[in-house]
Formats: sequence, structure tokens, C-alpha cells
Amino acid sequence: MKEVTRRYILRFPPQSADKALSYRLIKDYDIKINILKAEVRPGKSGSLLLELESLPANIKKGIEYLEANNVICERLGRKIRFNDKKCINCGNCIGVCFAGALTMDRKNWELHFEPEKCVVCELCVPACPMNLFQINFHDEEVVA
Amino acid sequence: MSIKKSYEEINEKIRKGTAVVLTAEEISSMAREISPAEIVKKVDVVTTATFGAMCSSGVILNFGHPTPPIRMERILLNGVPAHGGLAAVDTYLGATAENPDNCRYGGAHIIQELIEGKSIELEAWGKGTDCYPRKHIKTRITLNSINEATLLNPRNGYQNYNVATNTTGKIKYTYMGTLLPGMKNANYSTSGELSPLLNDPEMRTIGIGTRIFLGGATGYVIWHGTQFNTSKEKNEFGVPVSNSATLAVIGNLKEMSSEFLRAAYYEKYGVSLFVGLGIPIPILDEDLAHRVSIRNDQIETTIMDYGSPGMPVLGRTTYAELQSGSIIINGKEVRTAPVASLKKARQIAALLQKKIREGKFELTCPVALFPKNTSLKKLIDTEGGEK
Repeated sequence: MKEVTRRYILRFPPQSADKALSYRLIKDYDIKINILKAEVRPGKSGSLLLELESLPANIKKGIEYLEANNVICERLGRKIRFNDKKCINCGNCIGVCFAGALTMDRKNWELHFEPEKCVVCELCVPACPMNLFQINFHDEEVVA
Repeated sequence: MSIKKSYEEINEKIRKGTAVVLTAEEISSMAREISPAEIVKKVDVVTTATFGAMCSSGVILNFGHPTPPIRMERILLNGVPAHGGLAAVDTYLGATAENPDNCRYGGAHIIQELIEGKSIELEAWGKGTDCYPRKHIKTRITLNSINEATLLNPRNGYQNYNVATNTTGKIKYTYMGTLLPGMKNANYSTSGELSPLLNDPEMRTIGIGTRIFLGGATGYVIWHGTQFNTSKEKNEFGVPVSNSATLAVIGNLKEMSSEFLRAAYYEKYGVSLFVGLGIPIPILDEDLAHRVSIRNDQIETTIMDYGSPGMPVLGRTTYAELQSGSIIINGKEVRTAPVASLKKARQIAALLQKKIREGKFELTCPVALFPKNTSLKKLIDTEGGEK
């Protein structure tokens, strides 16, 4: 079996927000975790956008563990695809990208897209006057 | 006595390959070290450029006459309406004209596709006359199959432009890009210290007949642009602090490149055309040397609320601040984003610089200068209508 990368939004009820759940995912289920966005405040509900990388069976068990701890896990199948070859580096997209995935190099004024930071808010899709961003709806697994 | 140079002296140097040509960014940086008097001695030409969406653009096309001939009175190009009131087989296709069945596709796309060698469906209707008996034609054209294709843009190269933000609670989709609610972003256009009309704000060298870089080809300034306004407030460095002067330009579409003319669609606004414009400024005297030395921290512009009726003014900022990534509006830090490509503008300024250095582009003295003391009229709503 090959390792895969999958994205999940985890929603924590207040009682779960204090637990070291991500530690358990790493330690017990051998899952590499990349936190893309976090809103966790102790004692209150929170949410995490995670990229999980491991064998599919490990990710499945890890998610089951989280759900047993009252964490709502939503698989993110969407990804933003950027056709950078046609980009004119105008900058229209960077103002709407609060995840910091789209940035302008302020020396050479070239646009940079870092997909790992993208939270798929989709605001760049209508913001690009060249229509270069597309939502990929396929439940795609990235082979690590 | 201060040095003065003539166009002929500068062109002679260009022909000999000895002209010193710098970009407007290079001169702005150099001016921190040396005086305008020294700049006149050392530098002959400064190249300026911009690459932004310029809605007031379009193309004159002459299709050639079919047999039997037709007086085209209604014309569609890939479903996009072109002007049917220009003789038999001439038309003007506006960049912002849209296909009624697909508002994301318009005149700008046709212009880009023609340049890229694509074939376009032409459908036209006429009432049929003794000399033009045909009533309908449906055919395909390419840039090579038609007689003339002349880019003619009534308003390009705005001298400065406003910063757009949105104080309302709703997202606003504008020609200045997507403006998030609650002033979460602010968008600006123009290339600041590289922008053509900010480097010659009194338009001493840019006038009717000025040879320019347009869309990858050689073009010309033919008139002052529409909405030409010289009455806007100027700051202590002599540049207007909001959108003011404009240029009408012309060039041969057949020589242009889609690298420098690109169709755009702004969500819930419409189609527009990104135009690459480059203008050389001859350093004739100390005054021009001083003008081209202007820096981003000296060029101010006005911040406007594009979300509210009447677009109230929220403040003023500089291009140095805008290019830093954030500005302060009413005490709040707001992220900034450009909507015009500085990278492309730099590319154009460098291309023009190279052409002049290689003796392939000579400068022209304007045949006539632009009017002074112009201001804008409002359109009076005499009959009412839907608002």
C-alpha cells in the first residue's frame, strides 16, 4: 500500500478541544500531520484544517479514533488548481487570499501559489480576471 | 547655464547607438544620488510602462467585400456584437462588448484570439441595396484574411488611479477587483514611479504623434484620451493625487502579441482588456530630469469606498505604502493588492529601453500638445430611469 495525503476539517466540541488528539494521531496511528489552519481555544469549540499523510488504513483508524472522541471529521475533496502558465501576475487574487497561499514577491512582483496553505475558501476563483483558478471536485488522493 | 537637448540630438545618439537609456525605476533610484542637472548630462531617454486593464479599448476591422457584396448593418463576431454603423465592411469592436449568451466572453477575447491566429465566426446582416444586394453572410475570418485590424483605444494610460476598498458588509465585485466586506482589502492600479503620465505630468513630451510601445508593437498617441481631466489636485511633487489625464492610442493589431494584450473577465462586472503600454521620455532639460526622478513615496493617490454610493473618499496614501503590502485607512491596517502587473510593466520598460539602445526606436516630438485646464462634465439625468 502506498501512503496518501488527505485533507480534513476537524470540528471540536468544547470538551475535546483540550485533549492532545493530534499527538495521538502521530504516536498511535503513524500519521504525519500538517496543520493548515487552526482555531482552537481551550474550553471552547474549535476547528482544525489538517493534511494527513499515511497509509489509508492508518488514516481510517485515526479518523475513527477522533470520531470516538466526539470530533466531527469532514473530508475535504476539493482542491484549487492554478493554471500558472497563463498568469499575468496582476495581483487581483492576493487581496482575497487570507490563508496566505497566494502572495506576491515584492521584489520581482511575481505571484506565488503555495497549495499546502490553501484552505479552499474559493475566493480566488472569481477574483482572477484570467479565470486561472479552478476547483477540483474529485476526491483526489495525492500519492506521497 | 543649464543644459538643454533637442529631440534631434537625442535621436542622433540613438542612431549611433550611444544614447543613454534608463527605465523610470532606474532613474528614480539614481536620483537619490545625483541632481537633475547631472541627470540631463548623463541620461538621454527614460522608459516608462504600464500593463493594466483598460476598458476603453477596441479594434477597427475591415473584412473585405464578399461577392455579392453586403452593407453590414448588424455584425456578430463569435456572437459578440460589433458596431454596424461604419460603412459596408468596416466595424469597430469594443473590448467590453459581450456575447449576450455568455457575458464572460467579449470583444477583448476576440482581439486576443485574432492575434493568436484563431479563426472567428463572422455573421452579418444588411437590408440589401442596389449596390449591396446581399442580406446575410456567415463566414470565418482570421487576422490574415482581413484587410486592416487597427487597435484604437480612446482612453488608456490613466495618469494615476484611485485605491478601491469597501466599507460595507457585503462583498463587492468591481473593475478594481473583488473587494471584501469591512475594508478587509484595498486594491490599487498603475505602476507608480514607472507609470508613463506620472513621469511627464505636464505632458511636455507626450502629445499627439508620440511614438509608443503598444501591445507589443509600435503605436502612436493620437489625441488626449477621453475623460481627460487636468483640473485634479496636485501634490507638492507636481503629480495629481487621483485619476486625471488619459491617452488615446493607435497601433497595428497585426503586429501585436497576446503577451501584451490579454482579455480579462471581472466577476459580476464584465469583460476588459489588459493593455501593455510603454512610453519613452526624452530628457530635454532639468525640469524633465526632475520629473522622471519621482519616486513611489512621492506619488500619492486617493482611497475611495467603492462599496458606498458616490464612492466617498477615505484618505490618501503613497505607492510606496501600497506596494509594501498594507496601508492604514482610518486607523485600521488594510492589506493591499495590485490589479495591474508591475512585472509586465517592467518587462515593457526594459524592452523599450533595449529597442532604443539598439537604434530601433527613435523619439518623436509631439505634433501638438494636449489641452490645458480641462475638467469633466456630469451626465444629467433629465428623464429619470431605473436607478
